[in-house]
Amino acid sequence: MELTKEEQAALNGEMGESLKTAYRILVATGEATNAEKLVPIQWAHLSGVNYNTIGDSGEEFLSMLSKDAKVKVKTTLNPMGFDIDNVSKYNLDQNFIEKQQSIRDSYIRMGVEPTFSCTPYEIYDLPEKNTQVSFAESNAAIYANSLGNLKTNKESAFSALASALTGKSPYSDLRKENTESSTTIRMMLENPNEMDFGLLGFFAGKVADTSVSISGVAKPDKRSCKSLCAGMGTSGTCAKFDFVGEEDNDSEKVDFGKEEMNNIFDELNTTESGDVITLGSPQLGLDELSDLSSMLKGRAFTKNCMIFCPRAIQNQARKLGYTNEIEKAGGEILSDCCTCLTPLINKDETDAVTTNSVKAAYYLKNSTGVDVNLKSLSKIVEEDTK
Amino acid sequence: MKKIIVKGKAKGVILKSKNPINFLGSVDKKSGVIHNEKYDIFNKSIKDSVFVFPHGVGSSVGAYTIFSLKSNNTAPVAMICQKADLTVASGCALANIPMIIVSNDEFDSIEDGKEIQIDTESENILN
Repeated sequence: MELTKEEQAALNGEMGESLKTAYRILVATGEATNAEKLVPIQWAHLSGVNYNTIGDSGEEFLSMLSKDAKVKVKTTLNPMGFDIDNVSKYNLDQNFIEKQQSIRDSYIRMGVEPTFSCTPYEIYDLPEKNTQVSFAESNAAIYANSLGNLKTNKESAFSALASALTGKSPYSDLRKENTESSTTIRMMLENPNEMDFGLLGFFAGKVADTSVSISGVAKPDKRSCKSLCAGMGTSGTCAKFDFVGEEDNDSEKVDFGKEEMNNIFDELNTTESGDVITLGSPQLGLDELSDLSSMLKGRAFTKNCMIFCPRAIQNQARKLGYTNEIEKAGGEILSDCCTCLTPLINKDETDAVTTNSVKAAYYLKNSTGVDVNLKSLSKIVEEDTK
Repeated sequence: MKKIIVKGKAKGVILKSKNPINFLGSVDKKSGVIHNEKYDIFNKSIKDSVFVFPHGVGSSVGAYTIFSLKSNNTAPVAMICQKADLTVASGCALANIPMIIVSNDEFDSIEDGKEIQIDTESENILN
């Protein structure tokens, strides 16, 4: 990869340690993506916020870095471990809370907007078509490329951070004009719900490389699109999909039918019933809260239900009254955190979780270590409310 | 054909997996032991190994996991992949873990359990 004189000087440490580190990361990721140069980006979205995932070494790294580092572009960030408004209800230890606050403070010192959301596309209007951005958080990167008309790599926590500090990112293939996907997945299922789209995404992530075409679906609603993005981001490296008409290119065709779906379902679903329900991963948007509010009219959850959404969305939903029915039904609305890896769900207190999120299912099983009962939102409302 | 992603020198015993690895949630950061039972190296430790696997997948936060492993002295001494991904590349860059990409044939010929030396400055990168 070719660097400009200024970039080379920064890599050599002439502009301080933070930028030296940032450029070292960009050079490695540039080599990894066969990029010939760095290009400017307009918006970075960071992962690596939850103390549960980055631990003491992450907390110390950010604390050191934030002594002099400042972001150069608009920068948003992923959820942290808890919602300060109701954390006292949970049995969370003081050390976790203090370390999480330190991480939060480090990001704010660097000039990051404290959005604590895995769905930045629910909070902000997206910039104009083909704008270069750097989104870590796999569902957001896939959403940006596939539905938001933006250009990003499936950034890592560090590559997005390096982009935030320098305002640049490697000019990889994903950042160039549209290229044909080498794989087309034929969706064979009729009337798929949002969970089926999550399973399709998880399957696609396994079989596709950097981008994939999907045939056999009319553009699904936003809930299903988010579920598709999140499933895809969890299982693979694929950073982009597009919906295509049948057989319109020469790519390799792979079927996604009942059998393929059941295989993924069996990999992720480990039990028939959960003690707690979680909705959100990705965090819900305003439309989803509005839908949920209608679905829950006159009903009540028969077990605890945690509903995750961005802070800005919760505020809007309160103004519009969408939260009334949800809370009347016993749903707990949480912001700044999400199902995946929140310590509010842990195996000491919970044996199994019911969720419609394929992404959440993967991390609940593999990281949190609890059993998972995977079912669609309509089935949750049908079976777990009365 | 080999491609250097992160420069450096290292020596260790190869631990090879056929599975793409999601670092977040698959490895115990304190011990370096893989605890994802779906992986063929389940219950094995990646600590001090030359870790050979196809590529990283999944969470972008896996980069922090690699950095944490290094801070806890439980990281591999080097990584060799078939395909580069940003999570592993950036994690290794920050943690100063040498990382190279090899061709499919070279990947297939790497044997689990063998001692290997990596030097990205040398003519023969792998010895």
